Amino acid sequence: MNAPLRRVGVVVLILFALLFINLNWVQGYKANAYRNDPHNGRVLLSEYQRERGRILLAGGEVAAQSVATTDNLKYQRRYPLGAAYAQVVGYKPVTGAATGIERAENDFLAGTADSLFTERVKDLFTGNRTPGGNVLLTIDKKVQDAAYNGLLTNQKGVTSGAAVALDPKTGKILALTSIPSFDPNPLVSHDTTAAGAAYTRANSAAGNPLLLKATGDVYPPASTMKVIISAAALSSGQYTPQTPIPATNSYSPIPGSGHPITNSSPNTCPQPTLTLLEALTVSCNTAFARLGVTLGADQVTSMAQAFGFEDGGLTITGTDNQSMPVAASHTGDLSDKNFLAQSSIGQYNVRESPMQNALIAATIANGGVQMRPYLVDKLQAPDLNIISTTQPKTLRTPIQPQVAAQLQDMMVSVVQNGTGQNAQIPGYRVGGKTGTAQNGEGADAHGWFIGWAMKDNQPIVAVCVFLQQAGPGGSAEAARIGGNIMQAAISEKGPN
Amino acid sequence: MTAATEQPVSPVPSGSAQRRVPTRRNAELLLLLLAMVLVTVFSAAVEEGLTGGVSPDFWVPPLLLTLVFLVAHIAVRILTPYADPAILPCVALLNGIGVSFLRRLDLGRQPAAQRANYSSFAGDGFHQFTWTIIAIVVAIVALVIIRDHRTLSRYAYTLGFAGIVLVLIPAVLPGRFSEINGAKLWIRVGGFQIQPGEFAKLLLLSFFAYYLVRKREVLSLASKRILGIDFPRARDLGPVLVVWGLSLMVLVVEKDLGTSLMYFGMFVATLYVATERVSWLIIGLLLFFGGTFLANVLGATVGGPFANFHQRVEIWLNPFDPKLVNTTGYQLVQSLLGLGTGGLFGSGPGVGNPSKVPFVKNDFIFAGIGEEIGLFGLTALLLVYLVFVERGLRTAIAVRDSFGKLLAGGLAFTFALQVFVMVGGVTKLIPLTGQTTPFMSAGGSSLMANWLLAAMILRISDSARRPVVEAPAAAAPKLSGLATEVVRP
Repeated sequence: MNAPLRRVGVVVLILFALLFINLNWVQGYKANAYRNDPHNGRVLLSEYQRERGRILLAGGEVAAQSVATTDNLKYQRRYPLGAAYAQVVGYKPVTGAATGIERAENDFLAGTADSLFTERVKDLFTGNRTPGGNVLLTIDKKVQDAAYNGLLTNQKGVTSGAAVALDPKTGKILALTSIPSFDPNPLVSHDTTAAGAAYTRANSAAGNPLLLKATGDVYPPASTMKVIISAAALSSGQYTPQTPIPATNSYSPIPGSGHPITNSSPNTCPQPTLTLLEALTVSCNTAFARLGVTLGADQVTSMAQAFGFEDGGLTITGTDNQSMPVAASHTGDLSDKNFLAQSSIGQYNVRESPMQNALIAATIANGGVQMRPYLVDKLQAPDLNIISTTQPKTLRTPIQPQVAAQLQDMMVSVVQNGTGQNAQIPGYRVGGKTGTAQNGEGADAHGWFIGWAMKDNQPIVAVCVFLQQAGPGGSAEAARIGGNIMQAAISEKGPN
Repeated sequence: MTAATEQPVSPVPSGSAQRRVPTRRNAELLLLLLAMVLVTVFSAAVEEGLTGGVSPDFWVPPLLLTLVFLVAHIAVRILTPYADPAILPCVALLNGIGVSFLRRLDLGRQPAAQRANYSSFAGDGFHQFTWTIIAIVVAIVALVIIRDHRTLSRYAYTLGFAGIVLVLIPAVLPGRFSEINGAKLWIRVGGFQIQPGEFAKLLLLSFFAYYLVRKREVLSLASKRILGIDFPRARDLGPVLVVWGLSLMVLVVEKDLGTSLMYFGMFVATLYVATERVSWLIIGLLLFFGGTFLANVLGATVGGPFANFHQRVEIWLNPFDPKLVNTTGYQLVQSLLGLGTGGLFGSGPGVGNPSKVPFVKNDFIFAGIGEEIGLFGLTALLLVYLVFVERGLRTAIAVRDSFGKLLAGGLAFTFALQVFVMVGGVTKLIPLTGQTTPFMSAGGSSLMANWLLAAMILRISDSARRPVVEAPAAAAPKLSGLATEVVRP
């Protein structure tokens, strides 16, 4: 009986070998996948053992912080500034994905980033759990509040919109918000059922409050597109602001085919010609449709791309973090003269994000140099040492300085004498452009305003305000809100 | 073949009876103390991990354990002086780590501030410690009563009958007296519950060993040759079919694949060892896999009593299925996630979150420990189990009588199978079953049964290594194949 007993011994060895191989698979090969599995509550528990870092605004106001609790998860996330900042700051729920800065800078806030390695080594010796690092944003509370409250209290009763304010010289994002928004606090409740219900409520609410419309979606830019057409015309060298261009009340790019281009009112530009400056000031559709067709699709698309259209890679956090992308803007199909004419006045298939539109205003104010927009100013270690500061970076130079100067004059004319008068700020040189985007049959038009404010030839702020389906007068209301946002930015920079 | 010709590792050539054989008891003591040092370090690490410091009386539970195991060691010195020296230390290490881990779970349930003051005499850890004392006492009593393992063969039919009754009791009892978490494996009276299957295992095995020693000639010689393999006659298949039916009944009525696999594997293995016929293995494996396959298909189509098994197969195939992951598959998923989180080195004793896995104190204790001691720790733990099994098989090879060979071999293999079924279950190698992890899971029945198993192996290994004083052929041949059941102790 010894031979079969030995063979039973071999069978036992094989059984144990199977166990060993399988354990290696589970604890070795699959370890990382299991560790980070969404059903794994352990990682979460250990994450909540450490006080998560704070998110602070430019003036030091706390937008997100963790407070000690007595339950299993040691720290409760809180967002004292609420809805106005919810989409930018984001939220970090107990289960499910984080959003906004909470997601983009998660490693740093959680204290697990490589740059906080020395902190963790210190922990090994002291036995403490040092809090995660703090993220200092470029967002200015006054500007952001002006933007959010401006949108909320708009006189057109619009419930959906977005606003962006940039520092044209650096690309710092001073305000970034959209309505409707949501209170992030219920979404991060440690009671996951309540948090889930709050999420479902926010996710299914009208107007998609969870979406940061300023960067997350694209809309027909309407007459704000005329700035790009003007830039293309001026850059071609064949036009100056004083060059007369054909206008009239109706224009058919291909006679007998498609809808003719008309103007917003028969009094806008009935004359046979008017200067480029005058055309922009009154927002003459026929003139710009014609101008676009004259320039040709290539010049229009190349200028749009020079400003950042079709760029799907732009992100707005620190350096190369991919988690807060800006939706790419598109010129759409320009293959046909009718399409090109419609697109030249920002209709047909042209789609632009409010952020892209703000960037165009900022580029013009900054003498043709487009700065990369960014939200994260500094990363701060738990001991308050600054670990890194985001350096402003030139993104593109779509237009020459003299073209930028000409465009500035034209946009100032819009605010002084044209459709953007609501944005005027006494004592400051303010330029802008409005837009009223047709948005399908029967629906109310979107209202747009892009603009900037300068003093002593130095740009201070550039803005974009977007009011979804605002109807008649929407662009004038957008200009008013834009003016207030710029006013807030100016008051932050002091009277000089 | 007689037993006397078959003792390649017998320390003393039979005949030269008076030469001194080392008992190896001091080696056992040394190994035992080493094991207890490990248990003590583990307990200290647990306290450090859970409370951030080691309390001044952390050594109380490990010391009590050490004392209890020392008593067991002394009993071994007196009762089985020639027993294999590795068996008791292996058992003590596993049992000690088990008790310490249960205490770790107790501490983990306390609010952080009160952990440092948690009594050494409370909770599941202390409960398990009490069971350890009882189990060791029972094992010692068994060693006192059974001075020669061949005594068991005298009562083989009684033991076998008792075993079958124990298996059947939970099946016939109404669910509220026998069912816990879907498996009808228990006898529950008041607050007290035992798992009779754990003991039935030992009793049935004693019977198998006796029966097969008697029948081995018939079973191995009377055969038909088909395709170069000797197959038994149809009428000799009777007992195999009876056991097969019994284990399938366990699978269906008691809803437990593990126990079923255990009985059947145990029987087929002893049958194979007794007859040395591969055909029995083939028949056994075909019957078992055919049976489980059928049960799975029936579970999917007919449902009813087979549904439970089918459900377990479904969980096994894809525990992360969205329909299962938070319901019936939750346990296995959490087990895998815990093991994965532990990774190679583990989170450290007391630092993980084993309580995330439901039933971590009994069925899933291996996953709970695995999260904290990692792949390397688990590998070490499994090696301790393997050493125990291989020492058992070694005992089977060394012992002189056929009954002892079959009994020791069967015990060792059954133990190995139980470890395989349990560890394989919680690591998704095979469908999950309701087995306990020997010596570690919380629960008196399992602990007591496994200590009895260890005692039986100690007893047989003592007889294997004991120098032969009287004429070696006095007792053994009588048992082998003869009709008489009289065996002199």
